[in-house]
Amino acid sequence: MASQTLDEIADLVRAKNAGPFWITLDVFLPTDEAYERVRASDVTDPRVIAELYRTTPEKVRVFPMPALKAIKISFPRPVTQGSFADRDMHSGQQHVLLAALSIP
Amino acid sequence: MTSQTPDATTRSVRIIFPIGMLGGGITEETVARGIELGADAIAVDGGSTDSGPHYLGSGIAKTSRGSLKRDLRTILVAGRRAGIPVVVTTCGTSGTDSGVEWVADIAREIADEEGLTFTLARIYSELTQPTVLDALASGRIDALEPAGPLDAATVTSCEHIVGLMGHVPITEALAAGADLVLTGRASDTASVAGIALGRGLAAGPTWHAAKTVECGSQCTTDPIGGGVLVEIDDEGFTVHPLTETAAATPMTVAAHMLYENADPYRLREPGGTLDTSAAVYTAVTDRVTRVEGSIFEEAEQATIKLEGAAIGGYETVSLVGIRDPHVLAHMDDWIARFSGELARRVSSHLGLEKGQYDAELRAYGYNAVLGDLEPGGPPPREVGVLFRARAADQATATAIAKVANPLLLHLPLEGMTHLPSFAFATSPAEMERGASYEFVLQHTIAVDDEAELFRTEYEEVAPRG
Repeated sequence: MASQTLDEIADLVRAKNAGPFWITLDVFLPTDEAYERVRASDVTDPRVIAELYRTTPEKVRVFPMPALKAIKISFPRPVTQGSFADRDMHSGQQHVLLAALSIP
Repeated sequence: MTSQTPDATTRSVRIIFPIGMLGGGITEETVARGIELGADAIAVDGGSTDSGPHYLGSGIAKTSRGSLKRDLRTILVAGRRAGIPVVVTTCGTSGTDSGVEWVADIAREIADEEGLTFTLARIYSELTQPTVLDALASGRIDALEPAGPLDAATVTSCEHIVGLMGHVPITEALAAGADLVLTGRASDTASVAGIALGRGLAAGPTWHAAKTVECGSQCTTDPIGGGVLVEIDDEGFTVHPLTETAAATPMTVAAHMLYENADPYRLREPGGTLDTSAAVYTAVTDRVTRVEGSIFEEAEQATIKLEGAAIGGYETVSLVGIRDPHVLAHMDDWIARFSGELARRVSSHLGLEKGQYDAELRAYGYNAVLGDLEPGGPPPREVGVLFRARAADQATATAIAKVANPLLLHLPLEGMTHLPSFAFATSPAEMERGASYEFVLQHTIAVDDEAELFRTEYEEVAPRG
């Protein structure tokens, strides 16, 4: 299958704070096939996520949720919500980096 | 007084959760529909940390008084007419004592205007620094990931500290006959759990139901709809959307466990952990979903999560627009030149060195949101440059912004032979933001009794004069 971005495959890719000290990313896929394709890709690799968001792989938690055709990724916020260096109060725009990943 | 006797024949409870945040615009029609469906109580959340540390730091609500009063009137009048209790958690956005007072004052005003009589319970959750320092000294405070161990200086830096109550103080207030319960900081689930557990219902279905409906319509196909009614029994719970065009499907209901949650299956509450990994979601109709199989694991040690906000400094900002394509083609160079020149001038003009203040540019339209993570792209059409200065006091922050002012207005690129002028948005350019707060606590306090940190006061409210 030709390579596509996650954004092109998923129904929804979103990011949000999970409290002031964590960020969580949710990916919702339209079919079991799409779910399996994404689950087998870089999206579920903590090393890739850590590089994308400049954190360490040990801090990245990945939850494949086949019944929901969803994948959840959570890690501590690199900067605390609302601190001087914080650029995104709700973490609501941080999904774009994940959504741009190329999926084989 | 509202009757608290459980219905022995059905042993279930029906709770209206009309919206994700009180003051967001509750519709009378959907509350009325919930009451027609046999609601036993109305619950709503009045706060969140989601909008940042300012509200806890300042003790001032995010919601306007008018919006809050409108929504509170809608549910209070409906609740009193139906004879069912109303529970509002995390009053005043952050749940400080001032937030509870603020909402209580509005409730009394509504009682005057609507001729209402009711028993009000105010449950306070603000903790004094000595209380937290005592807990720290006696080893009852633990850090939550990613925080490190707590130190006393962090505690004393806080403007306000609140503990997140679970269901226990709310259950107690309802058992004492409260018709309106206004709480300080509580977990998002505490209102629904306080109502249902007080009626003796099973903990697994109750906590899962509470988490599912904590954002109102967010667990339905119409996330900005008019809320939901959740019916909880000992085997599970059922979600009914109150907007007729909305549906609560197994997918929308299950998906809500992901929302603003680091772990989609497990949720820690003061007395234990909700585990939804074995939950089964079934469509009752095309609009109504039933959930069974959630369990609640009692914890060996009850804990209350803390939140605290400290002043990080005082901020002054300026906003300037850049539209000149010659400058936009070299934004990184311009920003680097600005930063170097600003540091030099702040040192020579004000005698301040790096470490004594913070200053930065955010180039909106270029890389403000992602910063160093921005993968890049073609030059932007225009950029809004937000300059931010933070210092130990407001006057110093503004002095730094005034040093930045001529650079924001005129700084040329290297090699430019003329002085450009950029587009300031306001006069004066400097906007004083006041204190800028930071969340500094990510810790819990071990308790013997889940209610011990919280104070409840009862009051008979009746129309005045």
